Amino acid sequence: MDVNTKKTLKKCLMVVVLMGGFGYALVPLYDVICDITGLNGKTGVANEQILARQVVDETRRVTVQFDGTVNSDLPWSFRPAKFSMEVIPGKMYTAEYIAQNVASKEVIGQAVPSVAPNEASIYFDKTECFCFTQQLLKPGESKNMPVTFIVRSDLPEGIDVLTLSYTFFNRSNMTADEKTQGSDVHEKI
Amino acid sequence: MGHDSHDHKPKGFVNRWLMTTNHKDIGTLYLVFAFAMFITGGAMAMIIRLELFQPGLQFVEPDFFNQMTTMHALIMVFGAVMPAFVGLANWMIPMMIGAPDMALPRMNNWSFWILPFAFALLGSTLFMDGGAPAGGWTMYPPLVLQGGKNVAYLVFAVHLMGISSIMGAINVIATIMNMRAPNVGYLNMPLFVWTWLITAFLLIAVMPVLAGAVTMLLTDRYFGTSFFNAAGGGDPVLFQHIFWFFGHPEVYIMILPSFGVVSEIIPTFARKPLFGYVSMVYATAGIAFLSFIVWAHHMFSVGMPLGGELYFMYATMMIAVPTGVKIFNWVATMWKGAMTFETPMLFSLAFVVLFTIGGFSGVMMALAPVDLQYHDTYFIVAHFHYVLVPGAIFAIIAAAYYWLPKWSGHMYSERLGKIHFWWSTISVNVLFFPQHFLGLAGMPRRIPDYSTQFAEFNMMSSIGGFAFGLAQVFFIYIVVKTVRGGKKAEANAWGDAKGLEWTVPSPAPHHTFDEFGPVDLKKMAHGEVH
Repeated sequence: MDVNTKKTLKKCLMVVVLMGGFGYALVPLYDVICDITGLNGKTGVANEQILARQVVDETRRVTVQFDGTVNSDLPWSFRPAKFSMEVIPGKMYTAEYIAQNVASKEVIGQAVPSVAPNEASIYFDKTECFCFTQQLLKPGESKNMPVTFIVRSDLPEGIDVLTLSYTFFNRSNMTADEKTQGSDVHEKI
Repeated sequence: MGHDSHDHKPKGFVNRWLMTTNHKDIGTLYLVFAFAMFITGGAMAMIIRLELFQPGLQFVEPDFFNQMTTMHALIMVFGAVMPAFVGLANWMIPMMIGAPDMALPRMNNWSFWILPFAFALLGSTLFMDGGAPAGGWTMYPPLVLQGGKNVAYLVFAVHLMGISSIMGAINVIATIMNMRAPNVGYLNMPLFVWTWLITAFLLIAVMPVLAGAVTMLLTDRYFGTSFFNAAGGGDPVLFQHIFWFFGHPEVYIMILPSFGVVSEIIPTFARKPLFGYVSMVYATAGIAFLSFIVWAHHMFSVGMPLGGELYFMYATMMIAVPTGVKIFNWVATMWKGAMTFETPMLFSLAFVVLFTIGGFSGVMMALAPVDLQYHDTYFIVAHFHYVLVPGAIFAIIAAAYYWLPKWSGHMYSERLGKIHFWWSTISVNVLFFPQHFLGLAGMPRRIPDYSTQFAEFNMMSSIGGFAFGLAQVFFIYIVVKTVRGGKKAEANAWGDAKGLEWTVPSPAPHHTFDEFGPVDLKKMAHGEVH
């Protein structure tokens, strides 16, 4: 193999390795872009700073609709206690979902929230949510699951209706190691 | 086995084919393999068209039908079209630039011999519990992950195909950059060599991304990661982004070498130099660049913000500009040329016309608002089959007729060639044109059964399909007959064709351009002579 061919080979292999890395780099990159733009309806977690910034306009009303579904392999029933609610942007509210395990064994579920329309999702923050941790239901057990949220007061005019939707996934068949890692999930959500 | 004289080929199957490092033999292996895969994938297409001949379920189970659509696509893309072009590159590139062989001959052998194993892995899934992958060749999760035992086989097969194409591409790059005869500059190179150089760069840039995407599928399925699993904080749409970041350049990987082939053939039979050689090179590079920044036009319906839809729409429409440059250059090459219509020329002309139809339906689907109607219907099926069958496949067939005299030393029968051409061209249009109407009327793709109002066009399409399939069996007969005997081909089989490959005898000796030295630039195909 002559020197130049060797050089070309090395450079090409470098491109291959770099592009392989780039493929994986798309994963965090995608999350960052979704966080910034609110794409995919990814919602935020409210903190003190956000709560302190709110300017409440008592005359403005926004409707929040609630939706709940279960992924096909989760033997639960899951629905919102109330299907919609009038809220004032900037104020804190609590809504409830009701989940029941209809299987004859213990099942662990993980809820994943999403807000439509996408543009609204970055203005929707939760302070307390059953989706922050994995939920365990005994056979036949029914549980009320609260979510405390705030629609930020800087929500653009023109958005009058938001839909908060949860999908519950089965996490029981995961390894024991992962069951303890449930808490890192909500950071990405 | 020593090489006593230049024309002594190694004796015995193992030495000649299994251990070969000769670019011509490896080229032949690639072409034969690609043809075998073309027939295999074609047989699957016949099953699909048979089931769709009439509404209702007649012949196969829906799950098997889905396995057929998935396997047909994987085999045609990775087994037929891509290896066929690598085979052409192996045969022609060294001879076109005055090089004795490929730069990395042992790697060349390896990159070919991986392929049979890759497709054995993939094909073996057909005989497993749960059958072959059935979630579509795009392998979207979560559907593909529900595929039973085949997931791991699918992933490893794709890995092997990726390794093979990456090695093939590196070989092409190393050969073109380092092995050109000393007086052959980049702008003296034939366009086939240019398009392949650019294709090879696309390959090494995007095959690793595909490898990454399928590896994520593998770990999601078997090792508990959550790249695409919403329950674990992942997102299935992420896969579509990664896949199409590979997938869109991939479609140009399959079409750029066709542009190269047609750019060799049209000047020969129009008896004029290629019009706008340099603009052809820039247009190819432009298309390659654009291919990296338009991927999400495959995903207009997943829910992108308006800004994203607009950007991907305009960027995609921009591709029509360099592509238009190429089409007009081919037409200008023929303008006032002393044209004759031998079989390779006929296939090239059909390529120009029919590829353009596929290009137009592509522009239609680039429009985000209307794409919402076309998405996942037979319209997209018609579109990509127009660019791949009378596009890429016709170019490969044209190349086979054009260079068969050089490879085999015999002229094919022009009469049989013309029959093959008309048979293929008419049937391919009967096969795919009605699918445009089916798509516009709303027939979804990847379904074994359909509503009765789609019956006539489906029956028409199936009849065209059977005829087209049969025409390719006829092509095997023509090729075998030509290889076995026939009129001796001259060194310059087409009389006054330009290109260094026509300066060596037909059939091309086992070793050509053994002595590294300057070549006669006036004999080069159509590069600028500075």
